[in-house]
Amino acid sequence: MLTGLTLTEARAGLAARKFSARELAQAHLDAIGRLNTQLNAYITVLPEQDVLAAADAADARYASGAARLMDGLPVGVKDLFCTKGVKTTAASKMLANFVPPYESSVTARLLEAGSVFLGKTNLDEFAMGSANITSAFGSVLNPWKRQGDDAALVPGGSSGGSAAAVAAGLALAATGTDTGGSIRQPAAFCGIVGLKPTYGRCSRWGTIAFASSLDQAGPMTRSVADAGLMLEAMAGFDEKDSTSSNRPVPEFSKAAGKSVKGLRVGIPAEYRAPGMPEEIAKMWEQGIAWLREAGCEVVDVSLPHTKYGLATYYIIAPAECSSNLARYDGIRFGERQDASTLDGIYERTRAEGFGPEVRNRILMGTYVLSAGYYDAYYLKAQKVRTLIKRDFVQAFEQVDVLLTPTAPSAAFAQGENMDDPVQMYLNDIFTVPASMAGVPAMSVPVGLDSRGLPLGLQIIGRHFDEETVLSVGGALEAAAGFAHKPALHAEAGV
Amino acid sequence: MSLDLATTRRIAKLARIGLEDAELETVRQKLDGILGWVDQLSEVDVEGVPPMVGTETEALRQRDDAVTDGNCRDAILSCAPEKSGPFYTVPKVVE
Repeated sequence: MLTGLTLTEARAGLAARKFSARELAQAHLDAIGRLNTQLNAYITVLPEQDVLAAADAADARYASGAARLMDGLPVGVKDLFCTKGVKTTAASKMLANFVPPYESSVTARLLEAGSVFLGKTNLDEFAMGSANITSAFGSVLNPWKRQGDDAALVPGGSSGGSAAAVAAGLALAATGTDTGGSIRQPAAFCGIVGLKPTYGRCSRWGTIAFASSLDQAGPMTRSVADAGLMLEAMAGFDEKDSTSSNRPVPEFSKAAGKSVKGLRVGIPAEYRAPGMPEEIAKMWEQGIAWLREAGCEVVDVSLPHTKYGLATYYIIAPAECSSNLARYDGIRFGERQDASTLDGIYERTRAEGFGPEVRNRILMGTYVLSAGYYDAYYLKAQKVRTLIKRDFVQAFEQVDVLLTPTAPSAAFAQGENMDDPVQMYLNDIFTVPASMAGVPAMSVPVGLDSRGLPLGLQIIGRHFDEETVLSVGGALEAAAGFAHKPALHAEAGV
Repeated sequence: MSLDLATTRRIAKLARIGLEDAELETVRQKLDGILGWVDQLSEVDVEGVPPMVGTETEALRQRDDAVTDGNCRDAILSCAPEKSGPFYTVPKVVE
């Protein structure tokens, strides 16, 4: 079935002309037509004729032997990437009708590589959330179900629409963005692979900003090899982003199969959080055993400032958010609420355009940056961030990668964890430290819990060493042999 | 320290988010809870530690002082919720 392939398999099938890019695109449009009403994974589906025209162009390149890296592969695009002429909402009422007159650098690269865009995937409003429940366009449903229980589960967030679409067969892969775990946590909740590259690896230009020192785009895929392939297409220097790295882009598509023999894998003691569910601890132990069998040397390491990662994040990210989101003033773009004064326009537009979570984060950020509180909160957090980064740099003097769980739980039900923001923030406890340090990290699905829900393990690597992360991820994937499918899937009951 | 309503009002004003009094109290409670939680950072000794600005993976680079983009006024204005000819429109700000 065409909707169940990996990117790598589909690429091979297209190259061998076993099926056409048009057939592949049509199968996905049909799957979206059947399942998107339930899943709400896409905010916008592109017009059929546009999707098929892109597929036809790819077919022509295959016919002429000029196929590109991602040619004819149907993917979803998180609705945080500006796409020229296609509505880009950031899942906010503020941008409900925003049609960018330009293309983000990452999506421009994907188009240049021949990708066929299917649509714009749902997310938490302005990428702020861990359950995809803050979208102005409705929550996303996780395609997985607990055994014997029909409760609606969250897909994780913020890239929840991308994760659900890839898991359910509504795209072969999708782009995500990760500020504190927004690629890795939903990937773990939906049983797919999610890679947050090193900060600076993928251009931020044209991606709607949340926290600029943390935001990083990355691939969400069905296999580790696919993550390498798609990252290779997304990454690269961009003079329009002042923090873009001009290091050469390695052939990430070839990293997944490399031997991991002799690599040193660090197990950070501080990630053994008190109260960690036994199943997560067991899965972690299993992952350690698999890597040892693959020839890795396992080393205990310490990242002493891990416990301060979340609190630091919830000062720095809102501070940057309050600055970045100041641009939504109702004047230059986005929604506008009328008032008799200019300040009145600002205040009404922003009160009505932003949802409660986004408003709270802007207010939190404004507070920690305001006179009298800046030193106590923001400056302090920046100093603790230095300590968190040093922890990683020191650990990587001893080891090549770190292995940890991706999230402290499997997917939870809509309605759980909703009242106390701190409880919701704890979802990101294992993903935030790598974001703070800017190092690459990937979640790989490795098994199911006792209720039949996927669990992921996280591999964290050195700055700009995604290749080793992909190699170790490949070894983990091969050992785990995760082949489970969610309850809701394009290929179920067809 | 606990967050009071007057400070919450001042913050909302600084952020240009118009909140009703009832909403202000809800926001105050949420922020107060988060601030109480992030106060754990006070136990970290940061004596002599420099603040981390960005992720410091790359040095900021310079570019030629040259115009590389532009001439797209109409595309930019196409996003404006209200405009008049080649101008954004706002309420009168000068008496």
